[in-house]
Amino acid sequence: MNDLVIEAHNLTKVYQMGDVEVHALRGLSVSIQRGEVVAVMGPSGSGKSTLMNIIGCLDRPTSGEYYLDGKRVSELKDDELADIRNHKVGFVFQSFNLLPRQSALANVELPLRYAGLNRKRKERARTALEAVGLSDRLYHRPNELSGGQQQRVAIARALVNDPAIIMADEPTGNLDSSSGEEIMELLLQLNRESKTTLIIVTHDPEIAAFTQRVIQIRDGVVLGNENKAGLEL
Amino acid sequence: MKLWQAIWEAFESLAANKVRSALTILGIVIGVGAVIALISIGRGAESTITGSIEGIGTNLLFVFPGGSEEVRNPKPITLGDAEAIADPFQAPSVVGVAPVLTGSANLVAAGESTNTSLYGVTPDYSTVRNYQLTEGEFIDSSHILGRSSVVVLGPDVAERLFGRREGLVGENVRIEGQPFRVIGILESRGGSAISNEDEVAMIPLTTAQVRLLRRSTSDRVDIIFVQAISPQAVSLATDEITQILRTRHRTEIGADDFSILSQQDFIATASTITNVLTIFLGGIAAISLLVGGIGIMNIMLVSVTERTREIGLRKAVGAKKSDILIQFLAESSVLSLVGGVIGIMLGWGISVLVGQIAAAYDAAINPALSLDTILLATVFSTAVGLFFGIYPANRAASLEPVEALRYE
Ligand SMILES: Nc1ncnc2c1ncn2[C@@H]1O[C@H](COP(=O)(O)OP(=O)(O)OP(=O)(O)O)[C@@H](O)[C@H]1O
Ligand SMILES: [Mg+2]
Repeated sequence: MNDLVIEAHNLTKVYQMGDVEVHALRGLSVSIQRGEVVAVMGPSGSGKSTLMNIIGCLDRPTSGEYYLDGKRVSELKDDELADIRNHKVGFVFQSFNLLPRQSALANVELPLRYAGLNRKRKERARTALEAVGLSDRLYHRPNELSGGQQQRVAIARALVNDPAIIMADEPTGNLDSSSGEEIMELLLQLNRESKTTLIIVTHDPEIAAFTQRVIQIRDGVVLGNENKAGLEL
Repeated sequence: MKLWQAIWEAFESLAANKVRSALTILGIVIGVGAVIALISIGRGAESTITGSIEGIGTNLLFVFPGGSEEVRNPKPITLGDAEAIADPFQAPSVVGVAPVLTGSANLVAAGESTNTSLYGVTPDYSTVRNYQLTEGEFIDSSHILGRSSVVVLGPDVAERLFGRREGLVGENVRIEGQPFRVIGILESRGGSAISNEDEVAMIPLTTAQVRLLRRSTSDRVDIIFVQAISPQAVSLATDEITQILRTRHRTEIGADDFSILSQQDFIATASTITNVLTIFLGGIAAISLLVGGIGIMNIMLVSVTERTREIGLRKAVGAKKSDILIQFLAESSVLSLVGGVIGIMLGWGISVLVGQIAAAYDAAINPALSLDTILLATVFSTAVGLFFGIYPANRAASLEPVEALRYE
């Protein structure tokens, strides 16, 4: 089986900081199978977040080829990228990024709103919140929820549009280890039930232990690929 | 996203910053209120002025000496001219002619003294100008023939000299030291655009010629009032009079030494002046609306900066450029529209108040708030909101999702 949902060749990303060029990615190549659960690890500043943003279509690479679900992303227009972010990718951020004045339900509804969905919106948002175990917190605002609960709202928001890929950039970074594990369980359950591809950036080996494959990144290149059998891919 | 939803969200987000939104709206309220108040007061003043000109009489014409500056030897208008105009064969569209000498004089009676306009008139003057008397009678042909020392007083003059308006026929008045007998009192007409018509004294034209309003040539007059047979005949009458006077004055064509003005001419002139005034005042008010618009832009820019992360997040979950654009334009439009509606009510309130204050000072200004003014203010204030909202909204919509999310 060779159903690649993500295929990137020679990605580079250069940030211009005045006279200094920062090379965040230096010819990085990576491919991920549909339904895979992958951890991305590496020291701080190695380019993990940069890679995630490019894979999640939040950012464009300076050079290199990137195919998402067989589509060449560099050819897409802004509105088509917005569609991909809406339908194909669910993003979970380290800092949750919920709208502070809106209820949990309204936050989860947001992607559906931009998808142009009107009728079944509330119902689907409610189902997503039930799936993350927050059916009794629908009308709480983010500041009325614990960190773990907020991250679960964010996960509900990421999965509400049935994306093919959920990307999480240090989703447990702001949580204690037990709620971190709960979050991981939740994400893995999604993978089992809906075959959602999971890509998780983490510093925590215990979190990485939940995954099938760990991609090691250093200085903007892939240093190693190691699957659970301990084999180099 | 549906438009009503964008508007609803705009309300929600503006409600989250009540004081700030209220102050921004205030800027628009003041701008729109000022525009509405000044335009409707201006319109009210215009209709008051044109109304009072209309009160002069719709079929009246005024013949003045002096016309084109190219005439080398301009002739005055005379009693002879007036008689020629009164000839029904030469001027069939004319029914009444009243030559008048005008000046001012000092009147003394019962120990009181006052200065007022003095008119030397013929009997036709009262019909041409449609004067009514509250008592006594108007100057008649025997007064003209006899150059009688009689006077008809306006009610204000009577009031000042005698302290009353009735029972004055037969009283004596000294005009410039010469004794005159009061034969009639005019009905009050109030102020008009030209002068206060209650503030006059009228004596026989012949008396004025020889004694009080002497002119270089004996038959010269200052103005001839002409009554056309109907308002529709005014321009016909103008042509007839022009013809007569050109012949009598032997002027070349295109260089008349007289001018004929109709009431319509006065209204047109007055309207031009009040229109300029209204536009000028409205323009000044529009500047404050502009300032209000800049206030909206300012607040929207602050709001875009504050909500950069929110914008980034919205984009990350699939918002298109147009979605963000609509969101922020909806907010600025709601600000200006709410301000516009309140401003219209405020402006209307102010103009009603000004109308009442004016009425208390005997100056009737009926502020006229018309639908087109309201429409103009609404469209204008929404346009201000959209125009000044476009830059901040566009800035928000153009943010790159990653950069917006990384923003602290
Ligand atoms: N907007 C930016 N402007 C300039 N340099 C940047 C920018 N974003 C990232 N970088 C640089 O790119 C490199 C990679 O950053 P990145 O955020 O991808 O690291 P990371 O692996 O996610 O680190 P961490 O584990 O600390 O989150 C770093 O050296 C960083 O300084
Ligand atoms: Mg990072």
